[in-house]
Amino acid sequence: MSQVLDAPPTTAATPLSPAELAALHGLTVSGARPSLPAYVRQLWQRRHFITAFATAKLTAQYSQAKLGQLWQVMTPLLNAAVYYFIFGVLMNTKRDVEDYVPFLVTGVFVFTFTQQSVMAGTRAISGSLGLVRALHFPRASLPISYCLQQLQQLLFSMCALVVILLCFGVPPTASWLLVVPVLALQFTFNTGLALVMARLGSKTPDIAQLMPFVLRTWMYVSGVMWSIDAVLKDQHLPHAVQVLLECNPAAVYIDLMRFALIDSFTRGQLPHHVWAWALGWALLAGVGGFLYFWKAEETYGRG
Amino acid sequence: MAEAETPQGQGREDNAPTVIVDQVDIVYRVHGAGATAGRGAATAALGRILRRGGSPDVRKVHAVRNVSFTARKGEAIGLIGTNGSGKSTLLKAVAGLLPVERGRIFSDGQPSLLGVNAALMNDLTGERNVRLGALAMGMSREQIEERYQEIVDFSGINEKGDFITLPMRTYSSGMAARLRFSIGSAKDHDVLLIDEALATGDRSFQKRSEARIRELRERAGTVFLVSHNNKSIRDTCDRVLWLERGELRMDGPTADVLKEYERFTNPDR
Repeated sequence: MSQVLDAPPTTAATPLSPAELAALHGLTVSGARPSLPAYVRQLWQRRHFITAFATAKLTAQYSQAKLGQLWQVMTPLLNAAVYYFIFGVLMNTKRDVEDYVPFLVTGVFVFTFTQQSVMAGTRAISGSLGLVRALHFPRASLPISYCLQQLQQLLFSMCALVVILLCFGVPPTASWLLVVPVLALQFTFNTGLALVMARLGSKTPDIAQLMPFVLRTWMYVSGVMWSIDAVLKDQHLPHAVQVLLECNPAAVYIDLMRFALIDSFTRGQLPHHVWAWALGWALLAGVGGFLYFWKAEETYGRG
Repeated sequence: MAEAETPQGQGREDNAPTVIVDQVDIVYRVHGAGATAGRGAATAALGRILRRGGSPDVRKVHAVRNVSFTARKGEAIGLIGTNGSGKSTLLKAVAGLLPVERGRIFSDGQPSLLGVNAALMNDLTGERNVRLGALAMGMSREQIEERYQEIVDFSGINEKGDFITLPMRTYSSGMAARLRFSIGSAKDHDVLLIDEALATGDRSFQKRSEARIRELRERAGTVFLVSHNNKSIRDTCDRVLWLERGELRMDGPTADVLKEYERFTNPDR
């Protein structure tokens, strides 16, 4: 076969067609989508990039502020203070709920984690087109990295939360350890959702304008600042609506986190099969989202 | 067979093709740039949504037309042409970052664009950017540790004091460009695509980067270089493709093509 190849590069007299020549030398079509196992392998090879990118984004976020990284803790605290002022003081929701401040702050932090992950996911591809168009890497790295950044952010918030809990006299118990599995499940759920949103957002950037409204609605129905149980007690809503409200993923993760952290939030306040719901949502979103994102891998950043 | 060898290995036949571009057309679709008057108004947008079955008015830009060529191992190929002639577009398509409208592009391994700009963050220190950029290009942590000092030394950032520990936003544009080039050129590539990288930095850095390109070319299979600087094309490339209005106007040895090109751009002389 080398007789053919020895032809000088500039002569156009090669008897083979370009496709045959490519096949002969094992050349492949540029920019084709890898198979699923190959994709997962590529992603695993880029794990250090994913973590480094997340940490870099987090650090860069407040690097221009005078107080610097202190804002990592200040921002969630200020958020919680605003909600406390409106729902705790002005609307006096706290009548219904024991340990209202820890209840509220836990809800706000846990929901913010999902909310920010979805928002970041929506912009993960459309907002990083420069990166996508310049370098080769499995595109799922971006949404995953953004969710990791939100997880790191949440860990700062959790430090603040621990201080708040102790200040309001919530005793540390062994159930605090449940925070770890809850966060792992919620992170998987968030990442899956972010992957779905990343694909949608890369096709239709307008979704980024719409999402804040969707997410705010989701927040109000997820019992962030009120107890779904306490509010629904006297209402005679159809059973299906009640199940829907209690099993929505955000409510599930928020309730589990409250159950783990706050001693007055007892098992009785959790919906039935709550761990199964938490696991189910995480698997559904995580696996489904990943497959959905991978299906369009070769189209990101193009056209 | 040859696939099993390392990219730098001498095992492959010389002259083996590394990139085959077969009758390629590239068309950009630009949303929100329709020619009709009154577009962009809310009512017009609403009307489009109501009317549409997935075809809002999109303008097409035919950037590359029917280009074919075969690049072989060991070649350094310059791409020249006036502004907007489709050079960078063609390069991105070879890298697999833009879809082709018609035709096919085959490549050996993964052609990489020399450019990590987008992965770097101005608010981070040069040091963290070196690591981040290298990770983004797919280098392993060990490779980065091994090459870190080399990257910093090559960029010459630390020649005027300890600048590598300062955020990149404090760098002058020349310094930032030098650091970007040193990060981007730190990795070995099968097929390396360089877009106007040599225009950056002062004269001494340009000399060094030309030497680096020659070095990369020896290690890499094939180097593509887009540049408006005919001198750097002459110094680094042995074959030149001349694109004009998206069409391949000439393909041949550097001296011949540059002579024609210079006559085309300076008709008076």
